[in-house]
Amino acid sequence: MNKSALGLSQWERALTQFCANRFAVVCLIILALIHGAAIFADFLAPYSFSNEDRTFSYAPPSKIHFIDENGQWRAPFIYGRKITFDQYHKREYLDQVEQKYSLRFFVKGDAYKILWMVPCSWHLFGVKEGGRIYLCGADSRGRDLFSRLLHGARISLSIGIVGVLISFSIGLLVGGIAGYYGGKVDDILMRVCEMFMLFPGFYLLLALRAVVPASFTSVQVYVSIIIILSFIGWASLARVIRGMCLSLKEREYVLAAKTMGLSDLTIIIRHILPHTLSYSLIAVMLSIPGYILAESSLSLIGLGIQDPYASWGNLLSEAMGIVKIKFAPWILLPGFFILVTVMCFNIVGDALRDALDPKSS
Amino acid sequence: MLRYILKRLITTLPLLLGMSLILFALMKMTPGNYFDSLKLNPQISPETIDRYIKLYQLDKPLLVQYFSWLTNILHLEFGYSFFYNIPVANVIGGRIWNTFILSFVSLILTWGVAIPLGICAAIYRNKFADRLIQFLSYVALSSPSFFIAMLLLYFVSQSGFLPLGGMHSANYEEFNWIGRFFDVLRHVAIPAIALSIASIGALQRIMRGNMLEVLGQQYILTARAKGLPEQRVIYVHALRNAINPLITLLGYEFSGLLSGAALLEIICSWPGLGALMLTAVQSKDIYLVMATSLMGSVLLIMGNLLADILLVRLDPRIRYE
Repeated sequence: MNKSALGLSQWERALTQFCANRFAVVCLIILALIHGAAIFADFLAPYSFSNEDRTFSYAPPSKIHFIDENGQWRAPFIYGRKITFDQYHKREYLDQVEQKYSLRFFVKGDAYKILWMVPCSWHLFGVKEGGRIYLCGADSRGRDLFSRLLHGARISLSIGIVGVLISFSIGLLVGGIAGYYGGKVDDILMRVCEMFMLFPGFYLLLALRAVVPASFTSVQVYVSIIIILSFIGWASLARVIRGMCLSLKEREYVLAAKTMGLSDLTIIIRHILPHTLSYSLIAVMLSIPGYILAESSLSLIGLGIQDPYASWGNLLSEAMGIVKIKFAPWILLPGFFILVTVMCFNIVGDALRDALDPKSS
Repeated sequence: MLRYILKRLITTLPLLLGMSLILFALMKMTPGNYFDSLKLNPQISPETIDRYIKLYQLDKPLLVQYFSWLTNILHLEFGYSFFYNIPVANVIGGRIWNTFILSFVSLILTWGVAIPLGICAAIYRNKFADRLIQFLSYVALSSPSFFIAMLLLYFVSQSGFLPLGGMHSANYEEFNWIGRFFDVLRHVAIPAIALSIASIGALQRIMRGNMLEVLGQQYILTARAKGLPEQRVIYVHALRNAINPLITLLGYEFSGLLSGAALLEIICSWPGLGALMLTAVQSKDIYLVMATSLMGSVLLIMGNLLADILLVRLDPRIRYE
C-alpha cells in the first residue's frame, strides 16, 4: 500500500536514506562487530571468563614483540614475566628474556561450547602452556581482561536487548489497551504509569533489587535483573503508544475490523499496534543504551552480576578504588566499551529516526 | 495560580499513596528482615527486639502495619532506622539537602554551559564550530556518568587539586561561611560535572534545534529588517522564545537528575539520599528504604511543579486556571 510515485515502499525509502548517512552505517557495523564478538566470545577470547592465575594479579598488557633481544626479526612472541616488588611493595612485572612464547593461532585451550551446543576447545589465538597472554592486562585475580570483556559483552548486551523486548511488549500492550478502550481502563492504567514515572528510576531499581533473595544463583540473578529493568522501563512507552492508539482507533479500518467481528485484542495487536512500528523501532534503538547503563550501574555498586561472571559494569567496579586505577589504568577499559556501544546505539537510533520519520528532523 | 498549585498537589496525593503501597509491598516481599540479623546480635536482648516489633505492630496483619506506618508519616513520623539507631527523619533530613545541593549545582552547570553552546552552534550552523560542538555532544550524550566520574577521580588523584570524595574537608568547622561555601563547592565539583556532562550534550542539541527554528521565524526577519543590531536580535528576540520549550524539559530532567545523582553519590561518597538508599537496601532497613524512596519521589514532584510554575512566570502566553 505504501508505494510512492517512485515505486519505493516506505521501508525501501527509509533504507536508502539510512545508508546515505555514512556515519550511522559505520556505527551499525561497529555494533554488529561487538555483537558478533559477544556471540563468539569463547572462540575469540584466549581464556574462559574464570581462568585465573593469581601470580599475575594486575599484570600489565603483554607487549607483543617482533624483534628479539639480539635484534633478530622473528614471528610475533611475548616474553614470560616474573613478579617482583620494589622497595614500596609496588608490583613490577619483569620480562624474562630466556622465556619466549610465540603467538599461535587456533590453539587448544579452555573447553567451551560453540553457541552453547557444540563442545570445542579451539581458540583464535593463544600461547603455549606456561605462558599467559594479556592483551588488555589482568585483573586482581590474574584473569585476562580481554577475555572477560568479550564474555562480559554477552551479558551486558543481552540484558539490554532482552530487557527492551520485554518492557516494550508490556508497554505496547498496556498502551494499546489503554488507548483502545479509553475511559476508566485508560484512566487506571495511566495512573499506574504515572506512579512508575514519579519514582526516580534508580531508587526504584534499588528497592526492587532488595526483593531478590541473596540465595539466588548467578543465572537467577541475571534473569531477575532483566525482569527488574523491564519493570521500570515500560511506563513511558505505554503513554506514547496510548496517545497514538487514541487517534488510530478512530480510523475506518478499525471500524471495518470491528464489523467483521474480530476480538478487541486481535484488533489491538494485529491492526493498531503495527502502525506504531516505526516509532517503536526508533524508541527501541534509543532505549537499549538505558538498559545497558542501568545494568552497568547496578553491577558497578555490587548489586548486579556477581563475580566470577563478567559484565561490563561488574568489570568496571574494580576501578572504583582510585589507587587501583593509578597502578592498573587498563581496568578502565570496560568503561570505553560501554561508551562506544551506547554512542553507536544513539547514532544509529537518531539516523533511524531521520530515515523513518522525516517530519521530526 | 495558587489554585493550580493546590490542584496539582491534590492530584499527586493518590499517586503518592499508591507508590507507598507498592513500596510497602516490595519491602514485605524482601526475604528476611532486619530483625533476623538483630536477633543474631548478642548485644541486643530479645526483649528489646520484642519491644520494637510491638512498637511497629510487626506482629499484626500486613494491612495494619501499612496503615500504622501511613498514619505515622502523616504525623511526619517516618519510623525508626534500625541501622542508624535514630529516627528516620533525622537521618533523611540532612541527606535531602545534600542531594539537593548536588542536583542544583549540576543543573546550573548544565544550563550554564548547554545554552550558550546551543546558541553558538545555531549561529554558526554547519560551520566548523557547530560540527565540533555536535560531535562532542554526541560523545557527551553517550558517556556514562559513572565512567566520567571515575576518569575525573583518576585525573584529580594524579594532580590533587580537588578532594576525592565526601562533602567536607577535615577542618571544615574552622572555616568561616565563605570558606565553608567554597569547601563544599570543591567537594561537589566532581560529582556535579560527571552528572552534567550527558545532560549538557542533550540540552545543547535541543537548544540548537529551538534556536534554529526561532531564527527562521518572520519576526526575526522583521527585527533584522528594521536594523536592530544582530546581538540584540539573537539575545533578546530569539533567545527568549527559544528557551521557553526547554523549561518544560526541566521538569522531566529532574527524574534523570535524581537517579543520576544517586549513583554518583555512591561513587563519589557524597552523603546524599542515593547513597543512603543503598545502605538502607543493603541492611534491609525497611523504614529507611520506604522513607528515602518516598522522599525521592517528593523531590521529583516538587521539581516538576517548580518547572511548571517557572514556565508560567516566563511565558505570558501560558495561563493555568
